[in-house]
Amino acid sequence: MTVAGRAPIRESSEPKTSVGLSGGLAVAEAMRQTRPDVVACYPITPSTIIVEKFDEMVADGKVATEFVAVESEHSAMSACVGAAAAGARAQTVSSSQGLAYMWEVLYSAAGLRLPIVIHCANRTLSSPINIHCDHSDTMGARDSGCLQLFAENAQEAYDNALMAVRIAEHPDVLLPVMHTQDGYTVTHSVERVDLVPDAAVTEFLGAYEPKVSLLNLENPVSMGPVISPHYGPDVKLPAVEAMLHARDVIASVGREFGELSGRHRGLTEPYRLDDADVAMVLLGSTAGTARVVVDGLREEGIKAGLLKVRSFRPFPDEEIAGALEGKSAVAVMDRSLSAGAGANPLFEDVCVSMYSHAVNVPLVNYVYGLGGRDTFPGQLAGVFQELLKIGRTGRRIPMVRYL
Amino acid sequence: MLQGGAIQSQGNSVERETGGWRVQRPVVDMEKCTHCMICWVFCPDGSILVDEMRFTGFDLVHCKGCGICAVECPAKCIDMEGEAALLEEGAITS
Repeated sequence: MTVAGRAPIRESSEPKTSVGLSGGLAVAEAMRQTRPDVVACYPITPSTIIVEKFDEMVADGKVATEFVAVESEHSAMSACVGAAAAGARAQTVSSSQGLAYMWEVLYSAAGLRLPIVIHCANRTLSSPINIHCDHSDTMGARDSGCLQLFAENAQEAYDNALMAVRIAEHPDVLLPVMHTQDGYTVTHSVERVDLVPDAAVTEFLGAYEPKVSLLNLENPVSMGPVISPHYGPDVKLPAVEAMLHARDVIASVGREFGELSGRHRGLTEPYRLDDADVAMVLLGSTAGTARVVVDGLREEGIKAGLLKVRSFRPFPDEEIAGALEGKSAVAVMDRSLSAGAGANPLFEDVCVSMYSHAVNVPLVNYVYGLGGRDTFPGQLAGVFQELLKIGRTGRRIPMVRYL
Repeated sequence: MLQGGAIQSQGNSVERETGGWRVQRPVVDMEKCTHCMICWVFCPDGSILVDEMRFTGFDLVHCKGCGICAVECPAKCIDMEGEAALLEEGAITS
């Protein structure tokens, strides 16, 4: 430890494993450790912190990546598609309008079954122009065929960035993996982050040997040919199947990563949920606030619980229905809108999960934190109080409520 | 087909049946045909059937009905006729 203003007395030559990093810098560090062959990026707030740090590492010779400074996010994703089709490990970084600009190429990447890793920082979509967090940007890419993992804090963003490479490249998956963290709340907040040593990351990831690639001269292929209508389902349905296989892969990679790091990551993360009477389901950093609220309510004798969803695509429907069975009321928290729909994205998926597995629990949908508006512990406590009332009375109108 | 619609085999365009795109169909008057093979040279889809250097007809499974053969034929022995009407009359497509 050093004292501010003084030269360090003794610096250990061992690399530090516990460091203070913001979520953005933690992901940049993870990118360096995964040693991508190609990274193509166009900076956009709040993900810029990731790109600029990674670019600096490339410039300093800390990682031998071909960094392509493209002129737009559409080009960034296109360059990643080309690189991945050639058999390279390819990654990109984006947020908000940038991710929206990548949108059509995301569908190509997924359709071509290319294991590109997309590091995202959630930021609302315009208009009104606003650089702060909600989940509308990644929700816009919800149906693109990319996996989507959400992180609660810098540590989880770092862990997800490492695991994303393994998950994407798994032969049963071979799909782009988008992992995301809340803009500013996580990307720019410094926390303690426990790093996995470089050599352990290299061993964990292994070598990437694509079976199908343009530069494999032993087995030449044409990728992305035009197809006739008859073959449409033949290409699309295996990608759906792969997305479903990804549930097992996310779970098994999470277990393996747990053995390596001591941090076990599943598709969901329950908190004081087993014996809970009322529960909240959510994505991202607000889970941290919700934990504090749950603890406070528990001290008052209220059986509150939390279910954090880490894997939004694939959606762990059976796991979620099972975890919520028997609760007297559940609030599903959405940080994005689906204007004109009956409710909002996370709520709809939870609803379908419950219906598919014949679990009947009163659900209500809360929309919170749009455009980065803060969500305070008192507001979440209020949600739990309303859930207790719904549990007693069974009255859950209005179904969609706004914080 | 491999993952993501990738194709590994070569020379497989014959499996792509493009005859269904046709709006007009080439119809030949064999009395006038001189077997000069100009149609064979110009056909972009390899749909001119040839036997022993003699024109024998059209591969209607693949002919898209572009009409280049009819335009290029020096003997003016190919006419383009409406596909729909021929189908209604029960004429076979291939």
